[in-house]
Amino acid sequence: MRFGAAIDVAELAAGIVLAGAVLALWRKDLRALTSVLSLQGAALATVAAVLAVRDGDVGLGVVAGVVLVAKGLVIPYLLARVVRADPGSRETSPLVNVPASLFTAAVLVVVSYLVAGRLTALFPDPLTRLAPLGLATVLVGFFVLVTRRKAISQIVGLLLVDNGVALVAFLLTAGVPLLVELGASLDVLLVVVVLQVLATTMQARFGHVDLDQLRELHD
Amino acid sequence: MLLVVIVSVPLAAGALAAVLPWCRAIGWAMALADAAVLGLGVVLAVQTDRHRAADGLDGLLRADALSAFMVVVIGAVSLLATIQSIRYLEAEIAGGEHSARHSSLYSLLVQVFVACMLAAVLSANLGALWVAVEATTVATTFLVGHRRTDKALEASWKYVLICSVGIALAFLGTVLVYFAALHVPGHPTGASVLDWTSLMHDSHRLDPGVVRLAMALLVLGYGTKVGLAPMHSWLPDAHSQAPAPVSALMSGVLLTVAFYALLRFKAVADGALGPDFTRMLLVIVGLASLLVAASLLLTQRDVKRMLAYHSIEHMGLIALGAAAGTTLAIAAVLLHILGHGLAKAVLFLASGEILLVEGTSEIDKIPALLARRPLLGGIFGFGLVALLGLPPFSLFVSELNMIRGEAAVGLGWAAGLSLVAMAVIFAAVMAHSRHLLLGGPTASPSATSRLVGIPLVGGLVACAAFGLSAWPLQSLLDAAARVVVR
Repeated sequence: MRFGAAIDVAELAAGIVLAGAVLALWRKDLRALTSVLSLQGAALATVAAVLAVRDGDVGLGVVAGVVLVAKGLVIPYLLARVVRADPGSRETSPLVNVPASLFTAAVLVVVSYLVAGRLTALFPDPLTRLAPLGLATVLVGFFVLVTRRKAISQIVGLLLVDNGVALVAFLLTAGVPLLVELGASLDVLLVVVVLQVLATTMQARFGHVDLDQLRELHD
Repeated sequence: MLLVVIVSVPLAAGALAAVLPWCRAIGWAMALADAAVLGLGVVLAVQTDRHRAADGLDGLLRADALSAFMVVVIGAVSLLATIQSIRYLEAEIAGGEHSARHSSLYSLLVQVFVACMLAAVLSANLGALWVAVEATTVATTFLVGHRRTDKALEASWKYVLICSVGIALAFLGTVLVYFAALHVPGHPTGASVLDWTSLMHDSHRLDPGVVRLAMALLVLGYGTKVGLAPMHSWLPDAHSQAPAPVSALMSGVLLTVAFYALLRFKAVADGALGPDFTRMLLVIVGLASLLVAASLLLTQRDVKRMLAYHSIEHMGLIALGAAAGTTLAIAAVLLHILGHGLAKAVLFLASGEILLVEGTSEIDKIPALLARRPLLGGIFGFGLVALLGLPPFSLFVSELNMIRGEAAVGLGWAAGLSLVAMAVIFAAVMAHSRHLLLGGPTASPSATSRLVGIPLVGGLVACAAFGLSAWPLQSLLDAAARVVVR
């Protein structure tokens, strides 16, 4: 049963995506976060590649390659450049401390199994079954976004949300149509470029990229 | 073919602006391109009114009456904004704030932005629609930050981050709709699974559980781009910090282009679930938006922020109208999209001119505008009258019809609450604008540039004309509404 092993690989890779999100909550060193994202991107590409082999889908194979390059290499590289502009930067004061964050992550995983489990039960399939992992990644990404104050952590939160959505898309539907998938990857890449430019400008202008100290606009 | 031309015209104009050094003629070329979009949009509207739908680019683009109507709105508002951009850019160069190169970049980004909106309303595929809406965020971020002040930088950061997260949720919703469609036996496969025509056809066979979760995510996700509460927090910052012509485009059409996406998905979801679920979601976000707008408008001290909160109010009203979902209500929603687009664009452009000639946009520091600059003050005053929903402007008619539609489906209580919010907003805006237009010392009147006066008065006259008689539009509005109502 050759394909059974491939399913195992996909399961492992999907697990790594969620583990990456939890790791992002745990580590305060911003440089480590870029490696976590790189790992996550590679795992995501693996899931796509397994699906491409299963379905004999060339288009999905192309998508796997694009994901590997965009999410595994280019985006982490762009983030590393922001981090380098602000050396020694750490997420010093998250609004919620690490143990509480990890506990929240556990709760979020349970929640996503409750929500998505009902959907995947409708159409049972060894890979659809893993969709809650993607949803949990989305929720953890959200949690990072609302509790972390460094610009770079917020970009990481956004990317976690995005990777989670991509994982759900691969697992449930073996990827949206090629054109949409490529457009979506390009859009995400451009958003990260835009955020990188803004973060570097803020760093140059204010000497920090701490969003707590950016409070000029309010009512 | 026509559809491809419509999307390419602004792209070609943008390319022209990118390669040639900026001068007044380039500015007029941009305006000409958007005038062409408006003209072609009218042609498309007539076509779709006669024989149902138009295709383009191998089935990737598709237009029915609803798309054609949105093209007309985009064309009209961007024409106003690009004419005003000429004045804005020339003043900037004269003031030494920016070089001609910045003006070229600005013109390029504005045209790409317009092309993305056109692609969004003309795409046949709900996935491609998502790509186009997301691309508008990328195109506008640097426009929001164009003035390069600290505040503009902060606003563009907030804007791109919050909208990208929102739109990621919308993508998850789109994926779930796709998932549901894949499990419908006999549904077309491949790239056309997400075509809105085929989804509409099979909508009653989609799994209700999946569609329910998808619709919640879509309302949350696209709602962020629409500026609906509680996901509105980026809007007042971005709209107040962007250059006035960009604010006019973002507030006048970008918000409603995102709402167009919701209308498309609503039609699919109503087929799968019946109208009640989406209605509940839209009533919640609509009333929340009205509440936010009413409570925060009271304390505004800045003209552009005041206008931004006004946008949140109108998006709330549109959400309530769409919640009602009858043909009458949807036709009114569409007329409101046009009326709000014109009136809000005129007001933002007028506020840009105020900032230019007065040097500030703080309400307290700009007294007695009507006496000092009669034309500019008059435009601003009539613009506010239009936006507050008073006759003869078209917003009066559309608000009335939306409320009638809401009452007809048992949403009379929500309509009542919206009237209370509108009354509070009316009082708040009156209090602010009384000082702005009438109060304080008077001085001898000075003239306003014709480049400002003619297009803005034109926009207001159009808005009033559609209020007095919607006949040139009525059959298009009805045809577009029938696309959404099942």
